[in-house]
Amino acid sequence: MKKAINVTMPSSAEGMSRVDGRLKVTGAAKYSAEYTMPGLTYGVLVGSTITKGHILTIDTKAAGRAPGVLAVVTHLNSPKVPGDQPEKGKPVPDKGALKVFYDNKIYYNGQPIAVVVADTFERALYAASLVKAQYKAEKHITNLPDNRDKGFAPRGEGVYKRGAADAWQSAPFKVEQEYIVPTVTHNPMELHAIIARWDADDKLTVWDKTQGVNDTRDDLARLFKIPAANVLVHSQFVGGAFGSALRTWPHEVAAVLAAKVVSKPVKVVLSRADMFTSVGYRPFTWQKIGIGATADGKLTGITHEAAGQTSSYENFTEGPVGVSQNMYACPNVNTKYNLVSLDIATPTWMRGPGEATGAFALESALDELSYAVNIDPLELRIKNYAEVEPSSGKPFSTKFLKEAYQLGADHIGWGDRKQVPRSVKQDGWYVGYGMGSGMFGAYRSGATVRAKMMADGTLILQTAVSDIGPGTGTAMTIIAAEQMNIPADKIRFELGDSSLPPAPTQGGSATVASVGPAVVKACTDLKEKFQKLIGNGGEDHPDYAKVLKEHNLPSLEVTSSSDGGNGMEKYAMNSWSVHFVKVLVNAATGVVKIDKVACVSDCGKVISPKTARSQVIGGAIGGIGMALMEESIIDHRYGRYINNNFADYHVPVNADIPQIDALFINKPDPIINVMGAKGMAEIALIGMAAAVANAVYNACGKRVRDLPITPDKVMG
Amino acid sequence: MKSDKPTPETTDVKDSSRRDFLKQSTLLTAVAVTPVVAIKAANDHMDEHLAAVFEKMPLKMEVNGKTVNLSVEPRSTLLDILREQLDLTGTKKGCDHGQCGACTVHVDGHRINSCLTLGIMMSGKKITTIEGLAKGDQLHPMQEAFIKHDGFQCGYCTPGQIMSAVSCIREGHAGSEHEIREYMSGNVCRCGAYPNIVNAILEVKDGGFAV
Ligand code: FES
Ligand code: FES
Repeated sequence: MKKAINVTMPSSAEGMSRVDGRLKVTGAAKYSAEYTMPGLTYGVLVGSTITKGHILTIDTKAAGRAPGVLAVVTHLNSPKVPGDQPEKGKPVPDKGALKVFYDNKIYYNGQPIAVVVADTFERALYAASLVKAQYKAEKHITNLPDNRDKGFAPRGEGVYKRGAADAWQSAPFKVEQEYIVPTVTHNPMELHAIIARWDADDKLTVWDKTQGVNDTRDDLARLFKIPAANVLVHSQFVGGAFGSALRTWPHEVAAVLAAKVVSKPVKVVLSRADMFTSVGYRPFTWQKIGIGATADGKLTGITHEAAGQTSSYENFTEGPVGVSQNMYACPNVNTKYNLVSLDIATPTWMRGPGEATGAFALESALDELSYAVNIDPLELRIKNYAEVEPSSGKPFSTKFLKEAYQLGADHIGWGDRKQVPRSVKQDGWYVGYGMGSGMFGAYRSGATVRAKMMADGTLILQTAVSDIGPGTGTAMTIIAAEQMNIPADKIRFELGDSSLPPAPTQGGSATVASVGPAVVKACTDLKEKFQKLIGNGGEDHPDYAKVLKEHNLPSLEVTSSSDGGNGMEKYAMNSWSVHFVKVLVNAATGVVKIDKVACVSDCGKVISPKTARSQVIGGAIGGIGMALMEESIIDHRYGRYINNNFADYHVPVNADIPQIDALFINKPDPIINVMGAKGMAEIALIGMAAAVANAVYNACGKRVRDLPITPDKVMG
Repeated sequence: MKSDKPTPETTDVKDSSRRDFLKQSTLLTAVAVTPVVAIKAANDHMDEHLAAVFEKMPLKMEVNGKTVNLSVEPRSTLLDILREQLDLTGTKKGCDHGQCGACTVHVDGHRINSCLTLGIMMSGKKITTIEGLAKGDQLHPMQEAFIKHDGFQCGYCTPGQIMSAVSCIREGHAGSEHEIREYMSGNVCRCGAYPNIVNAILEVKDGGFAV
């Protein structure tokens, strides 16, 4: 039965344009590597060429006397990082972040063993080529599938069970399959970069690519044992990150150390090759799903096992199996999550961390099950729709996924889909349709915003949040314009500076949900302050400039905070998405072309239609990359990446991508916050890879379970 | 496969290579240094510093309508010269290998990857970077269209996309959505703004703006 749904599907020209658009299109937006200052020097990292073992000797003489070289810093001469030193009376933790230039041990290929500082980039780069190390190599392991037996359950994770374990096995219809998501690298277009400058022995300023200026400040303060107030972190523009700038990495510490040694500001910009080893990646993950259903498509059991890779020195965990616990109403679910330590650098969160990996397996398995039962995959999902959170029994704050299913299906033309693969062939191309769904927890934390009304009626809003691309400043400006009833061009939103009032790190799709309420609160408090000035009976939105003038005030300001909210106790809060894809598969070559995409997001109220649309499209394209081309490949004989550049590591380019329709349910979630807005960054990608894989199967009958879906696998 | 940066184990750059070069070089007479002095300098490890002096070349080019006179090392790329010496940081470095298009600029009106171009090859040429595209406060129609259609998120690939987009129309390669996609595929956007970029180019093309 169809019912009318109010849909929001903005065109690319609809809605307010980005507040920082002009800076971005004129080249005036400054990213971390683009600040000039007197005495600026250049640091180039030297990476280890073995994968495991230790450095025997390191010869820096030639590098040291190359023209323009100021210093070559290695573990032999580096100043100590105070926060890395063992503390008296405290046990040394056996795992933790890599300690930079700490000793001669090598944990992964490309680990920084030296930083060369010179007066120009070219001279530093040349001198870095002169550093020579000799190593004692040990046998390394970098291959997860061969070492799955070494897996262990990370603390606090591990096993989950509701109902009976492995109940799927006794179902009349069942599927058991293994799925692989390979290592995928964030590869934002901006290379990670930092300029580090010591302003005094205990005062540090950095211009750094980071998703959280406060986190970076606290990390550097802890490592160098200086007061957090003495560390200033600037990160006004961030050229994409997708998770790669969520923590402090070795190159940042190396730059700060180098700046100490040369007593000048040092700029370190990673090379594209460094981006594969130095700033994390989505971990290679093996998964197995057993899933069973009755003849009419009711799920009876899901068993989901996953093993993800981590480094030998640190445990990185995410939640790939969580999606199987809560996506569908199923009485019996058991999951198990293991880590495997390998001689590689530590992975990190990448867009849709855990869920994107898990949803590929679950949504693929569900599709396989739909063919086993012979029922439309969309119908199978509707039959097992979860009305309450299955793991807790809590009601959802809001969930309009069923509406999203219908909307997306109508939009893509799901009715044209044939249940039997290879049914439709046009001009040598098989035509197929697929769908995949996603969920991600809707989070919110506290934030503080300063709002200052200036004499000319300009409102300045300040908070220490980062904007890695989604358009945080734009969304916040829209919120404030509505609250204050002033035009958006009268508002200036300042961010990306650790000296501003605190805001959470930009991650987990929580920025609008967290900072938005603080903007609302600051605007409300500021309006109240104006009311007090005016006295009784003042209008709700006075002419602010006039009031200031009448009271002879240069400005009026408030600093207000929002709390983290407590809805989580009573409600399960999530954003939801469904992706529908139509693909063409070339019958002769196995090439997959994305022909049409419709993504429907249920993420509460949409604050900024133009940027929201772009974010959804961007996520979909990330998912298409994951599905069809992205894979960081290690030659396991050497433990080294062999495709660590943009010619060999393929990301989607313009020719790979059709117009993508981004649809929004756009119904506010009254529990999450006053605006009713939830995150959309992660759900935009989660489920997309499965939608593509399912469409490929529907088109040509080939089920590819190890990403990416390259032509050799389609034809193989 | 070319590694991005020389690594200590695989690259055996002899620290004597420049010294040998100096000992043999007849160039030395041209700069009025007697070979004996140079060889002594080489043996005293002064060679690198001497070599550094030779290594700079004069470069005169026009950037965004202004003549610039520089002294550059032959190995310096146009990209690094723009960003590090002229403080024109609108042109971006995304790979340094000609694989991403972030560094796209116009040389005598044609798009090129400035990371694959040595500065000294630009002698006498006219360079336009993103900073030189607008006429004063008045944005180029392509810049306006990128803002209107949200042809970006983080903005890092954007200067390269816009320079490429202008060329795409000038070259006559914006005849259809399909053709635009092909001729814009040298510019990677990791934020995935492709459909919006296509819409922006179509708007400028169909609007009949002078590019
Ligand atoms: S930086 Fe020149 S093409 Fe990537
Ligand atoms: S806008 Fe971020 S890479 Fe294109």
